Amino acid sequence: MPAETVREKALLEKPRLTREQIAGRAALELPDGAYVNLGWGIPNLIANYLPGEITVYFHSENGILGMGRRAKPGEEDYDLVDAMKIPVTLIPGASFFHQADAHLMTRGGHLDVAVLGGFQVSEKGDLANWKIPGAKGSGGIGGAMDISAGAKKLIVCMEHVTKDGAPKIVKKCTYPLTGLECVDTVITDLAVVDVSPEGLVLREVAPGWRPQDVQKLTGAPLMTKGRVPEIRLP
Amino acid sequence: MKKKVYSRLDEVVADVPDGARIMFGGFGGAGFPNNLIQALVRKGVKNITAISNNCGTHDGELGLMFKNNQIKHVIASFPGPHASHFQERFAAKEVTLELVPQGILCERMRAAGAGLQGFYTTVGVGTEVADGKEERVLEGKRCILEMPIRADYAFIKAQKADALGNLTYRLAARNFNPIMAMAARTTIAEVEELVPVGSIEPEHVVTPAIFVHRIVQAKGLHYAG
Repeated sequence: MPAETVREKALLEKPRLTREQIAGRAALELPDGAYVNLGWGIPNLIANYLPGEITVYFHSENGILGMGRRAKPGEEDYDLVDAMKIPVTLIPGASFFHQADAHLMTRGGHLDVAVLGGFQVSEKGDLANWKIPGAKGSGGIGGAMDISAGAKKLIVCMEHVTKDGAPKIVKKCTYPLTGLECVDTVITDLAVVDVSPEGLVLREVAPGWRPQDVQKLTGAPLMTKGRVPEIRLP
Repeated sequence: MKKKVYSRLDEVVADVPDGARIMFGGFGGAGFPNNLIQALVRKGVKNITAISNNCGTHDGELGLMFKNNQIKHVIASFPGPHASHFQERFAAKEVTLELVPQGILCERMRAAGAGLQGFYTTVGVGTEVADGKEERVLEGKRCILEMPIRADYAFIKAQKADALGNLTYRLAARNFNPIMAMAARTTIAEVEELVPVGSIEPEHVVTPAIFVHRIVQAKGLHYAG
């Protein structure tokens, strides 16, 4: 085994952020009063970590604005579900609309922030998040292409590397694409990375991680602007 | 006045022929016309083209129609992890699939209802969805041409109807139903309640009667999973 690979293997043993901690960090990116769509996976956990003083209006692609917390046992109404089919509640001032209007909001630039899961993000901000090559079954696109095309700010939350240790932030996506040049920020278990016209900028690293170690597990060059702070965990 | 209200589910689907193109409303277990789907299962129609966000939940929703091999082609956005009968038929190449981004599925149906011959969008540019579609640059952005999706029938689920066909929906069970109602040649609404004409406030009508051709009352069915 080459020395480089051995060092990377050792890196993979180091503690990284949990999925909940990634969601907690992403919650800090949501401004007060924002209209926000949360996708499947890690993004779906973000609502649990909003700072108390912040009010955010959650949009669901099936036609809800002002979606509240998940329904408690006994409170479920199966006509009131989120995009993952989970029974939810409403906050005061919520509204319903049909699916075309729900996606008019995603495509038309009306959402302030959308947060999606990801399989790969390229250095230009291309996103692949709907199909793994060679996976069984039909795959499914859902709302991801509409959302990635239109959100004012698109954040992707994902693990920094695959289960096999391969970088998920890459020069060019090899998985089927969801959208071109659509991602603004990637939040992983190792870093916060911004996509800029000049390339990827490493904004924060996970506690205990050095920028050069994060770079070793990243498939595209990361720029830094001065000292890179550690991610503040809520 | 032309009678829109039917008393029996089997009667309301009696003229649906083999090979029909049918839109089915519903999302995430809410707003599926499950009683109408079961009527189609009883009728045994074949070679259906189904236009639907999902492809069923095991035996629920469109699941039984895939189990019985009644559907030959699907236009869908998210067939779904629990669409087991669909996935089996798809793996066996007994059903073909056109995958469409969810909002574009809505807009293509709306184009059909709105008398528009397609539209350009940035959604799907550079992805598999763009394969074979005309691409051009508009206002500096790469766009692809999307065409209308038309249908012979829309099978929808609503909460209330009056005898004219004015509809309201319950909570997030609205989803695709109002769009499909506008897009098909014949729209059949399965509703929970039939109410007197005039009892739905005009401001509260979501789908105006002009889009609805047949109404049948049935107690709604939900499928878990």
